[in-house]
Amino acid sequence: MQREFKQVNQNIQKVDGTSLVRGKGVFVDDIELRNMLYAKLLWSPHAHAGIKNINTKKAEMLEGVEAVLTYKDVPRIPFTTAGQGAPEPSPYDTFILDNKVRFVGDRVAAVAATTPEIAQKAVDLIEVEYEVLPAVLDARDSMKNGAPIIHDEKEAVIPIPIIYEPWKNLVAHVDINIGNVEDGFKESDFVFTHEYETHYATHTPMEPHVAITYLDENGRLVIRTSTQVPFHVRRIVSRALNIPVKNIRVIKPRIGGGFGGKQEILIEDICSALTLKTKKAVRLFYTRKEEFISSRTRHPQIIKLKTGIKKDGSICAIDLDIIMNTGAYGSHGLTVLCNSGSKLLPLIRCNNVRFEGNTVYTNLPVGGAYRGYGATQSYFAMGVQLDEMAEAIGMDIVELCKKIHIRTGEGSPVFQALGEGKAGVEQKIGSCGLPECLDLGAKEIDWKNKVKLYASKRNSKDRYKKGVGMAMLMQGSSIPEIDMGAASLKMNEDGSFNLLVGATDLGTGSDTILAQMVAEVLSVETNKIIVYSSDTDMTPFDVGAYASSTTYLSGSAVIKAAQKVKEQILKVAGEMLDEAWENLNIENGKAIGTNGEKTFSEIANYTLYERNQFQIASHASHITHKSPPPFAAHFVEVEVDTLTGKTKVLKYIAAVDCGTPINPKLAEGQTEGAVLNGISYALCEEYIFNDKGRMLNPNFDNYKIYTTADLPEIKTILVQTYEETGPFGAKSVSEISINGALPAISNAIYNAVGVRMRKSPFSPERVLKALQTCHKEHGMHGENKTTDEH
Amino acid sequence: MKIKLALNGQKKEFEIQPNEMLLDVLRREGCKSVKEGCRQGECGVCVVLIDGIPVNSCLLPAARANGKKVLTTEGLAPSANGKMSVEQELHPIQRAFLESGAVQCGYCTPGMLLSTKALLDNNPDPTEDEIKLALEGVLCRCTGYVKIIDAVKLAAEKIRSKK
Repeated sequence: MQREFKQVNQNIQKVDGTSLVRGKGVFVDDIELRNMLYAKLLWSPHAHAGIKNINTKKAEMLEGVEAVLTYKDVPRIPFTTAGQGAPEPSPYDTFILDNKVRFVGDRVAAVAATTPEIAQKAVDLIEVEYEVLPAVLDARDSMKNGAPIIHDEKEAVIPIPIIYEPWKNLVAHVDINIGNVEDGFKESDFVFTHEYETHYATHTPMEPHVAITYLDENGRLVIRTSTQVPFHVRRIVSRALNIPVKNIRVIKPRIGGGFGGKQEILIEDICSALTLKTKKAVRLFYTRKEEFISSRTRHPQIIKLKTGIKKDGSICAIDLDIIMNTGAYGSHGLTVLCNSGSKLLPLIRCNNVRFEGNTVYTNLPVGGAYRGYGATQSYFAMGVQLDEMAEAIGMDIVELCKKIHIRTGEGSPVFQALGEGKAGVEQKIGSCGLPECLDLGAKEIDWKNKVKLYASKRNSKDRYKKGVGMAMLMQGSSIPEIDMGAASLKMNEDGSFNLLVGATDLGTGSDTILAQMVAEVLSVETNKIIVYSSDTDMTPFDVGAYASSTTYLSGSAVIKAAQKVKEQILKVAGEMLDEAWENLNIENGKAIGTNGEKTFSEIANYTLYERNQFQIASHASHITHKSPPPFAAHFVEVEVDTLTGKTKVLKYIAAVDCGTPINPKLAEGQTEGAVLNGISYALCEEYIFNDKGRMLNPNFDNYKIYTTADLPEIKTILVQTYEETGPFGAKSVSEISINGALPAISNAIYNAVGVRMRKSPFSPERVLKALQTCHKEHGMHGENKTTDEH
Repeated sequence: MKIKLALNGQKKEFEIQPNEMLLDVLRREGCKSVKEGCRQGECGVCVVLIDGIPVNSCLLPAARANGKKVLTTEGLAPSANGKMSVEQELHPIQRAFLESGAVQCGYCTPGMLLSTKALLDNNPDPTEDEIKLALEGVLCRCTGYVKIIDAVKLAAEKIRSKK
């Protein structure tokens, strides 16, 4: 159902846009506080070691040094850095500082000094004697008998009743079984079993992690930080430092991107500790190298996927087995793993589904939340395997996708089986624009012609070969029955409104789309809404920006608040016009009745100064009962250089059903950003480690992300549907489109040159090697050598 | 030591340390639009124009900017001198970025705006490839660049038609 809107579903300019294009000092680091100190951290050079001795005397004696902290100086309270709701479904396996280090880049000590240079010099003067321990650098070895135990401390615990066995390096375990997969495989005409592997990568927001902490005039701790989760920062810092929540205020100003990397209490604890110690303002700003080595990453996965299909395209069984590497700490270790199943498996109609997953510790960089959140990894495996299935049964993959995807009105037992740390929530699909996404995307890329043409040229002697590939996708919108967002709204005498939200705009534009929703309800221009977001003293609670939740969850809270204000406005207008308020309407900033009309300004002045005075204001909260999935179909055309193995993306089409796009331009922007990050991840971004677990390429020269020079043609097609449970029909848009590039490009490479890339990234070396192996084994391209026909 | 700059059209004299980078001096002097992203000359969010040419200010010793014209984003919009108003005038490039949806988090925006200015000052009607080349030095993780390139085209159009 389409509806007519005036403020939503419009390309309104960002409410913070003018400040941003003027380069105003709106970010964390853009304020100056008197006598502010600069923090620097000492990092572990070892993948796994105990600290036998640590001597800070020389550092402390350096002029300008005001504090040096080691594990001896901070509370020994285990916590998780994962910025999730309480109790967090992540293990409490982290201390502010510890007497053991668990990866190259783990924290050892912290310094605060009058300049960054002095702080660094002091860090260099700290003397540490390590007892180097054997390290686990491969997730496959982590749970073997006799593997070194990474968290042998007695405090490590998970605060919810789930499997957590640190003595085996086991962080999380998932096991669901629906129907009977063995029966399903017996029914199948073809059965496929392959292993897929995804790699380490990191978010690289252009603004690194940065926090400034200080004590206010009442001695309360203020944390000004670049975070996606201000309320979780407050709670987790309170725990880690053992100080009351009431004594902490967290302020999130403008944020320079996050993508999940700032859904983490990564620096706020140590920066706060330095402020509490010195009573002074302290600034901690990660260098780019620290961002790469010591922040958070996308959890690498080893995915064994077995599927069975009938000749008519019915999927009879899916058996998904994942080993997920969370690195040295278990941040998001359970929930990313769950998401690999819960965002993928319900998309495909299948009666027999098994999913087993284990998240393990290693002595490598730490996994965390990263846009896509597990779906990026599992969609790679399934997207490639669907292409193989389609080929085996002689059906076009687009047709296969159309046949097997979940429909409007259908549910899936997986929704109920897989939640986040507890059972999931049953739901039926309320809106699904996937068929249109598939049709429009296929048309845009000229799928039917190209897929055949390129396959026919696969064995030609041309150096450059083109291919097309595609993938269908699904994500969610919020974590149902868990996430809560709240908003408050008050009216000013000129008919403007202050909207206060806990929701956390990290560059996504959520302040803008939330203002648009209020404006729509109140029938005013969006520029009448003044937004202030994410300040734990000033705004109501919101879980923060993650799980594709803000539009769907916080949007609904904002609408409720606006509806309450609207009712108050109408009641006052009814009193002023002397008629029943139920008969009044509001339009263009006025309340209109049969006895006349009153402008919002007149109404506000009446309530503030004239009669029966009160503040027109409201607040409202929302929890979601569903997580309606957005859907997408991605199509890509590539060119493979068979001499060098280099894959170039020529064209990328993302057709996305996000319900009603509240701001189509911003929704396109979310899609394009996600797509390019996905392509960059699929083709060139990669952590390279030495045999001691040290990341060797912590800079943009050697960890390349896409620039304008690399940019292919990207086209976004928004397929509008109406999600009845969503705000003005909206679902989420931010995460889904990062998941298409891995499978679609892998499939396109296959279409071009006949090799299946099952390990990412598809770097020139890897593609070339695959081509050479294929030549050696078959003397030609393109034979499907891995299908087992019953 | 002291350096003299023509900063955003105004003559300025700053006391600096010999090893200080221009990024740090500019930020200290209030030009907060100049961002720190990597300090390695790889991300471009610290770009300023020196005599019209985009330079990574994180790698340029401030002393080497002595005597030069330096433009930061603060100097891009016409200054509202004398006007007692909350209206904020914008340069056509800034308007084009807003209208095109080219701003997400805004952290790379100053570097993008100035790189665009340097391009359009020399080439008022660039091709798409010329735009991509001119912006290559500034990384953006939010937008996928699509709308930024749209914005540069729109800005060129605005400037050509003096809108």
